[in-house]
Amino acid sequence: MDQFWNTLQADWPMILQKMGEHINLSLISVLIACLIAVPTGIILTAYKRVANTVITTVSVIQTIPSLALFGFMIPFLGIGTKPAIIALTLYALLPILQNTYVGIGGVNQALIEAGTGMGMTRWQILWMVQLPIARSVIMAGVRLVAVQTISMATIATYIAAGGLGDIITRGIAMINTVTIMEGAIPVSLLVIVVNLLLLGLNKLLTPKGLRQYTRN
Amino acid sequence: MGVDVAAVQFKQVTKNYGSGNVLENFDLTIPSGQIVTIIGPSGCGKTTLLKMINRLIEPESGSVLVEGQEVSTLNPVELRRNIGYVIQQIGLFPHMTIEQNISIVPRLKGEKKKDLVQRTEELLQLIGLDPQQFRSRYPHELSGGQQQRIGVARALASNPSIILMDEPFSALDPISRVQLQKELIKLNEKVQKTIVFVTHDIDEALKIADQVILLKDGFIIQTGTPANLLEAPASDFVREFLGAERFEQYSI
Repeated sequence: MDQFWNTLQADWPMILQKMGEHINLSLISVLIACLIAVPTGIILTAYKRVANTVITTVSVIQTIPSLALFGFMIPFLGIGTKPAIIALTLYALLPILQNTYVGIGGVNQALIEAGTGMGMTRWQILWMVQLPIARSVIMAGVRLVAVQTISMATIATYIAAGGLGDIITRGIAMINTVTIMEGAIPVSLLVIVVNLLLLGLNKLLTPKGLRQYTRN
Repeated sequence: MGVDVAAVQFKQVTKNYGSGNVLENFDLTIPSGQIVTIIGPSGCGKTTLLKMINRLIEPESGSVLVEGQEVSTLNPVELRRNIGYVIQQIGLFPHMTIEQNISIVPRLKGEKKKDLVQRTEELLQLIGLDPQQFRSRYPHELSGGQQQRIGVARALASNPSIILMDEPFSALDPISRVQLQKELIKLNEKVQKTIVFVTHDIDEALKIADQVILLKDGFIIQTGTPANLLEAPASDFVREFLGAERFEQYSI
């Protein structure tokens, strides 16, 4: 135990630095994925015929083993942060895309008809009706992706993108359990904290009228 | 006395859904300030007719005039904001309070928030719901009957002269339905709107209407006051559709 504390104290600044890198990698990837997948999901609800093709195509990415996906980046983009972010973003697309498509498409058709009949434009229906009602479904996708991306960012170390994976791989190389834990525990903590934060945010944003509604 | 412009006019309207004409060279004039019910068996074109008034459906040929203006020359969004619209499934927005729901059309039109508070209060009183108690509630906290009253209030909010109702009470339980029918008649004595009311419920149509329009396969079989229809049914179809027992009751 003493050894654990001593090592932890000595490594603390490095853990913080790697954690910073890790958060950076994950956050940027999730943000880019949102920026791509949410609008795409919305657009797909208007083109239902191509929607299945697009979603199936995107889900193929999900079948590539994550380690291999990082590897595939090397011939095209080399190593470092940029290819890592691209790989993580690709992985993050599907849950957000799918939830946006299902959430927006699942808004009761009667509400859209009522809105149109009262003189809402397409944009107003999207902003005032569809997005508020679908938001918690979309948020669930984002939450899933956030958790997934934070754990997957650990592998980014193999293409020299930094992050907490650096510590874990070093621990493995040295067969040193303490070092492995120094990398692994922060990853788990990050996942838990981010998950709780997003849950809380969603609860805060959900209007009172929908809390009941979504439960039914 | 000025020249009365009909609230709605259909001139030689034809509508085709690909499987034959639903309406063909259809002519109809709906007078203003009255409750006009459109009834007929399903597939007779009654909802199509209603939705052509606010351009939710466009005719293949012919013209639809609202207060003398041809709707195809008007911006559909503007047109719809100036016509009340109540649908069967109520269509209140679950994430908005009653107040936000009622004031939505005036808000779309860019009216000031301050005027809207007052307006919501008046409308809630008009439909018999206590403003203090209801304004900040959400739709799911209300009964079906109360929700549809809000639906009616919402259609009245921007003070349109025409209100379209597409089977608005058909999803309600019989007791609330009858009550809302009575309330609608009373309400329109106060507000004097042109109400175009589509229904497949014959009782309802006869009860609330100043004018009944009976449709079948896209043709008008008979129009007139409910008493007209019962006194002088134009054909056996009318007699059959309205139900023989109704004539017996009426003659007593």
